[in-house]
Amino acid sequence: MKTASLSSEVHDETGVLAIKCYQCGKCSAGCPVVDEMDYTPSMVMRMLQTGDDTEAGKLLRSMSIWLCVTCEMCVTRCPMEIDIPKMMDFLRQKSLSENKTHHKARKIIAFHKSFLDSINFTGRLYEMGLIVDYKMRTGDMMQDVTIAPKMFFKGKLNPIPELIRGRKKMSEIFNKTKKKKEGLK
Amino acid sequence: MSRIGVFVCHCGENISATVDCGKVAKISSELNGVAFSTEYKYMCSDPGQTLIKEAIKEHNLDGIVVAACSPRMHEPTFRKACAEAGLNPYMCEMSNIREHCSWVHPKDDLTTEKAEDLVRVMVEKVRKNKALNPIKVPVTKTALVIGGGVAGIQAALDIANCGHKVIMVERQPSIGGHMSQLSETFPTLDCSQCILTPRMVEIAQHPNITLYTYAEVESLDGFIGNFKVKIRKKSKSLDENLCTGCGLCTTKCPQKKIPNEFERGLGFRPAIYVPFPQAVPNKPVIDKENCTYYIKGKCKICEIVCPTKAIRFDQPDEIVEVEAGAIVLCTGFDVLKPDFFPEYGYGKYKDVIDGLQFERLASASGPTNGEIRRPSDGAIPKKIVFVACAGSRDPAKGIEYCSKICCMYTAKHAMLYKHKVHDGVPYVFYMDIRAGGKMYEEFVRRAIVEEETQYIRGRVSTIYEKNGKLIVKGADTLMGGKAVEIEADMVVLATAGVASSGSEELAQKVHVSYDSYKFFAEAHPKLKPVETNTAGIFLAGACQAPKDIPESVAAASGAAVKVAALFSNDELTRDPLIAVVNRQAPPVFSSCVGCFLCQSVCPYQAIEREEIKNRNGDVIKTLARVNPSLCQGCGTCVALCRTKAIDIHGYSNQQVYAEIMTLLND
Amino acid sequence: MKIGFYPGCSMKGGAREYQESVTALAKVFDIELVEIPDWNCCGATAAHNINKELALSLPARILAIAEREGMTEIVVPCAACYSRLTVTQHELNEDKSLCSKISSNIGMEYNGSTQVLNIIQFIQKYIADRLEEKVVKPFSYNVACYYGCLLVRPHNILKFDRVEDPQTMDELVRRAGGNAIDWAFKTECCGAGMSVSRTDTVARLSGNIMKDASDRKAEVVVVACPMCHSNLDMRRPEINKFLKEEITMPVLYISQVLGLAVGIDPKKLGLQRHMTAVNLPEKPAPAEPPLAAPKKVLTTQQTEA
Repeated sequence: MKTASLSSEVHDETGVLAIKCYQCGKCSAGCPVVDEMDYTPSMVMRMLQTGDDTEAGKLLRSMSIWLCVTCEMCVTRCPMEIDIPKMMDFLRQKSLSENKTHHKARKIIAFHKSFLDSINFTGRLYEMGLIVDYKMRTGDMMQDVTIAPKMFFKGKLNPIPELIRGRKKMSEIFNKTKKKKEGLK
Repeated sequence: MSRIGVFVCHCGENISATVDCGKVAKISSELNGVAFSTEYKYMCSDPGQTLIKEAIKEHNLDGIVVAACSPRMHEPTFRKACAEAGLNPYMCEMSNIREHCSWVHPKDDLTTEKAEDLVRVMVEKVRKNKALNPIKVPVTKTALVIGGGVAGIQAALDIANCGHKVIMVERQPSIGGHMSQLSETFPTLDCSQCILTPRMVEIAQHPNITLYTYAEVESLDGFIGNFKVKIRKKSKSLDENLCTGCGLCTTKCPQKKIPNEFERGLGFRPAIYVPFPQAVPNKPVIDKENCTYYIKGKCKICEIVCPTKAIRFDQPDEIVEVEAGAIVLCTGFDVLKPDFFPEYGYGKYKDVIDGLQFERLASASGPTNGEIRRPSDGAIPKKIVFVACAGSRDPAKGIEYCSKICCMYTAKHAMLYKHKVHDGVPYVFYMDIRAGGKMYEEFVRRAIVEEETQYIRGRVSTIYEKNGKLIVKGADTLMGGKAVEIEADMVVLATAGVASSGSEELAQKVHVSYDSYKFFAEAHPKLKPVETNTAGIFLAGACQAPKDIPESVAAASGAAVKVAALFSNDELTRDPLIAVVNRQAPPVFSSCVGCFLCQSVCPYQAIEREEIKNRNGDVIKTLARVNPSLCQGCGTCVALCRTKAIDIHGYSNQQVYAEIMTLLND
Repeated sequence: MKIGFYPGCSMKGGAREYQESVTALAKVFDIELVEIPDWNCCGATAAHNINKELALSLPARILAIAEREGMTEIVVPCAACYSRLTVTQHELNEDKSLCSKISSNIGMEYNGSTQVLNIIQFIQKYIADRLEEKVVKPFSYNVACYYGCLLVRPHNILKFDRVEDPQTMDELVRRAGGNAIDWAFKTECCGAGMSVSRTDTVARLSGNIMKDASDRKAEVVVVACPMCHSNLDMRRPEINKFLKEEITMPVLYISQVLGLAVGIDPKKLGLQRHMTAVNLPEKPAPAEPPLAAPKKVLTTQQTEA
């Protein structure tokens, strides 16, 4: 029976016990992006608690998990000390690996992936490379086009990437940690 | 030579369904020392008991084994029957062949064999039983009530009305406790002081009650029926016999700006003060920490103006020694203050107050004469937010429990607010509504429907101040967790009820258990809610756990009855199944070597030191001695005694050994 | 003295002035910052959002190199990197089997023995005591100290300052002669890594922060995180558009504030690199009491007898 499995999977992977949540709402009350979310943090906990397959699916396909900025405010105020940020990380990873990401989260995910691509290649973030990669992924060519020159002239945008000596080591790390995750690319 | 009677009970079908009682009786009759053996359907019934009594007389029995249910059920029954037949009741033992045998095994030969074994073991024990006599302890028929809140007042009045003397000790200058700080009480909206002050006056005037205020228990010794208490009467700097309570001194005192504890800091009082106008006794005390004379040696205006010259600056604390037979703990509780909450401002916002402070605002005799006004600027709040569960039900803050009364008093506060500020809007952020008492649910419904209080289900994440308003960020979980932000004029936190300060020290002084929250421990949460595990000490009210006024009053009356029951005899009878340290002839005196390991582990402080002196009065040996009034027969000392000098009557080493060897020598 | 130093990617690019000011400040106090050799990116937000093992492996490599170099302490001025490093250290400490797996991923020995300090802890430990005697130009402005999220949360791991209304940065500013005001958005999120992908969210969150600081008559916002700085500074046009008003208040790093106070040349502190111009008036008028200035613990909230 797959129904109970998302919350028990959450428990196995993160130690978070959804049943402890008594729906007090303090997390939602303090969340900076709650008004933009499709499911508030309280709702997310409730959806896990129901053990319902459909709700689990909705959760993995939600925008909420991608809008979460991991500011850690929820867990700081939660009376039950439920590690929602850790749980959100897990839900994001699962959503990606099962190809269930919300279509509007495209840009957010693209940014993260571009970032990782950059450091995979050079070892340290190459901002120009990140921006180019991001624009290619999203097709958003106009993003920050006006800021870039200003940044460049203030010496904040390096034209040349910094390559660390351990680049090969970085690739190895990326490969070792990638092998279990399908659908990362 | 033993002549033991064995009586095997069928217990209806409870035993006989799986055990062959007849066989057990027959096998038992053949045992060494058994003079008579029989079976019967219901041993505990009248005919069953008569059977035992007649058998004792007819067969000259000197010991009884009743093979039946657990001794916790009917040991007293059978022992009483023996006593009535002229046999020492402690020669009667029960062998549990029901809970330990028939109820837990199927019908089988082995089950019957086990029952036979159990009887055999008990027969062997009884062969070594000795006749014992109950211990008699005299009782001082005076009760000590510690705490003068509503629970203490009720307990004291009930005990005094039974004709016994009561000594009440209260650490504040006046009795009344938190109830005297409330404005109106739920669910009736009675004026709190109006219903309490008559009782307070009764305490002061009751011929059986001696009241010590501004006093604390200094030390406690003794045991049930015979407590010796030292009470420290803190110096009030006043001769109470001369003071008439005119109050002139309080108006002339130059130190006028001391935060008033009764008003929870919302008002001021002078250094010589009466806590509130209806105080009992209505006599002032001097706050030495803030009095100009005590700090700098100057002033003394109160002494000058006092018409009866009652001020005594050099009055010392006085220690009063009293004897009491029973003690009732009624020390009440306290509530957390707003400074406990980091996310609500660490107490720095003047307009974020706790529930008791709101009570003072709402009180007609309070700092604002009953008008709800903001402490910061005195304005009347048009939007007020009540935050329920502030600190309670919050493991992250270390308070897991529910404080029980807050849902009700929050609804009450919302109602009081609406009664006074007709165009105001009250909001309540809650998690659940706990309204389990009589007329409580109807009360809350009234607050929501009639008074139009906006109840929002969700907790408040943070409160901060901006432009003189308090921004309250909460959530509405019934709307899916939607964020709700309210710009409030005032916020009242329904803070958690906690053990009152000094509870731990008091519990250790009187040797009463307490839990991790410092609330006193009852002897059994269901069946003994007003007793403690310490014989002779009872408790009532919120010192045990947060509770409302009806429950505190009920508990107080319950405790009073326990005290009255204790006092209904001139002597207390106790089971003699206690530990005894052996005594022998000189020069040995005892095999006890005086290591006092037993004393350090005794949970009931029942081990004393006895000095053995020679004819010159020199101490030659210090031996352990068990106080027969305190010992509960737990056996811890027996297990630890290095020389086996201490043993328990009725469960001696020999008896227990005999039981075990009987089983092993099958 | 020397201390290990982990700059992180932003200090080399978008937050270049942070590195400049930290180095300059350290130099005044005779501290040499020794960069961890061949350090890699800590993974920042992207890694822990996408891949848990990667998110632990990248910081682990950094810490392993520091250990190998014999660095007992490292200072990590970027709050996000500080968070990643400390959280990784904590997780690997708690779970030995996870630790050995990560160790094999990075192909290095990892013991978790290096102590990780954020910029404030570093200043408190090695600079604060000598600060006041070196102040030549008191930073006498109204300052809103912005801590952001990751300096103080999650508290049970970081155990730094207090999680609500923290005071450590405020203390340093006061020592430098500033008037650190009480305000409501000290630890509210600025929008974090959404700067590019959800600029609207950043505009709103950072906008609320700047608005509160401005309402309370702050003249400067001081930060200790390049991400926060970027959102409050670089994204100012979007913030102003959201607020429908123009806020010109500059955002400085704590190292720049202290640097100015001890007399370091503003150019050396990189003030010219800010996207929102840093035009602090000389000797401003005495600070007006901010709207909700902190008072001492209120005397009305006294305990009962």
